[in-house]
Amino acid sequence: MNTNKKFSAGDAVIYLILGVWALTTIYPIFWVVMNSFKAKNEILSNSFAIPTGDLFTLANYRTAFDRLNIFSAYRNSMIISCTVAAVVIVLAGMASFALVRYDFKLKKSLNSLVVAGMMFPVFSTIIPVFRMLSSWHLVNTESLALSLISVALPQIAGNLSFAIVVLTGYIRSLPIELEESAFLEGCSPLQIFSKIIVPLAKPSFATVAIFSFLWSYNDLFTQMFLLRLPQHRAITRLLNELTSNEGTNFGLMAASVSLVIIPVLIVYIFLQKYIIKGMTAGAVKG
Amino acid sequence: MGANIYKNKKPLFLFLVPAFAFMAIFLYYPFIQNILNSFKQIPELGAMDKGWNDPWYTNYVTMFQDENMRMALRNTLIMMVVTIIGQVGIAILLALLVDNIRVGAKFFRTVYFFPIVISATALGLMFNLIFLYDKGMVNQLLESLGRTELIDWKGENLALITMMLPVMWQYVGFYFVILITGLNNISGELYEAAAIDGATRLQRVRYISIPMLHNVMCTCVILGVTGALKVFDLPWTMFPKGIPLGETWLTGTYMYYQTFNTKNIDYSSAIAVLIVVLGIITAKVVNAIFKEKDY
Repeated sequence: MNTNKKFSAGDAVIYLILGVWALTTIYPIFWVVMNSFKAKNEILSNSFAIPTGDLFTLANYRTAFDRLNIFSAYRNSMIISCTVAAVVIVLAGMASFALVRYDFKLKKSLNSLVVAGMMFPVFSTIIPVFRMLSSWHLVNTESLALSLISVALPQIAGNLSFAIVVLTGYIRSLPIELEESAFLEGCSPLQIFSKIIVPLAKPSFATVAIFSFLWSYNDLFTQMFLLRLPQHRAITRLLNELTSNEGTNFGLMAASVSLVIIPVLIVYIFLQKYIIKGMTAGAVKG
Repeated sequence: MGANIYKNKKPLFLFLVPAFAFMAIFLYYPFIQNILNSFKQIPELGAMDKGWNDPWYTNYVTMFQDENMRMALRNTLIMMVVTIIGQVGIAILLALLVDNIRVGAKFFRTVYFFPIVISATALGLMFNLIFLYDKGMVNQLLESLGRTELIDWKGENLALITMMLPVMWQYVGFYFVILITGLNNISGELYEAAAIDGATRLQRVRYISIPMLHNVMCTCVILGVTGALKVFDLPWTMFPKGIPLGETWLTGTYMYYQTFNTKNIDYSSAIAVLIVVLGIITAKVVNAIFKEKDY
């Protein structure tokens, strides 16, 4: 609409309002990254200046790498979140295929179970999960692999129901003719799934993978419960610990926040289309 | 024909069992167990329970006498109102405005959505720096504008606002994207017809965009109020343990505190049950309100 009108005063007001909100999302992040290159006393007195010349320092990053296990925390986060995303798409993919294509007695009840699963907030399952994992000796253990698995397990379960809802919606929209001809050529259901359904449903698998990854990567609550040993901490847990241990080292705080935000920002710029889709497709989940 | 392929039900188990076994063990069973736990005596997080409470509903009685719990409930209710008015309200305004511009819509979408992708923990640390008393970004800004006294953003008077502003700010973009998708789904012909009939821009928004968005807005409000019950990361990073003086408890943070700091495991299970019940009730209430409204 309005394609034949010139730029009006109304347009100016609209852009002004939109610009102000854009500023509130861009500037704080720019500000914190900028200040991560300054010494503490400069952050507290001169935080709006661009860090050039004498103002510029890398000391905060040096401290961050020396004193915090930021790389191992990154690695732990990556292991947990990649595992969650991978297991979720495989298990949810298989279950969705069966729920869409097969007719069986329990189908309706299973579908309602899936929907109900989305309504359980993590608060309402975490204590029994902790008790169960601890009876299996998966928490408070010296083994890094086991404690990372202990975080991944409940996160997988927490993302499955959402993933199944998204994937069943998509698989239902696929034409059945391809599967019929594959069947005539002698494909088993497992082959039909892996050779036809998975390639066709790739975009929605990507959506689900991105959503599960980000949800797991950002989830502090589960990590607080299950990662009890300092050397096992993943990235959000490490950041949370900073407030209590290094509460007044503001330069270090700015540097660690930047170290967490910048990789996400870069990935976001390249994959934003899929990320926005993934996060809002998961609107019902949280 | 389609039914022929899938007549043999044997592979069904192979496909279904892994996912549903996972959910049964880590979702459905713990959920039921948690309800039972809230009626038991559990001395420690990893320890066996010592049988039922006497009377079995003790924890639910305590809850209504617990002042911190009352504070947590009050704050959570305020948080719900803030999310409806602040998040969804601002998002509607922004979405309607973006719907009316020709260039830059994609830019605004990208920029508005970005905070959701960042972990709330990192944002919590960032806002700690921004609202620092001596002197973070806001106080430095106010000083340069001529204010001589520093404002204690995390002090008793302002703590609640300082906690809710970042939570609100982070999720505006989320509702914005949902709403703008809804707006894009409205057929252009409707607007054209209205324009031919001489409707102004404002009239088109009022009589086409808003009524057509009714269902999407309902979804947003439900997501907002149930989301408010689940907020944890950002408040726990900025205001751990309800500081100052238990002013900033939310149901989620208080439940965590009861588990790890007070070690009252069965009581925190009861709080978790309350969170679920409140979620169901508020979702039903919002649904009922929105259904009756007719444009």
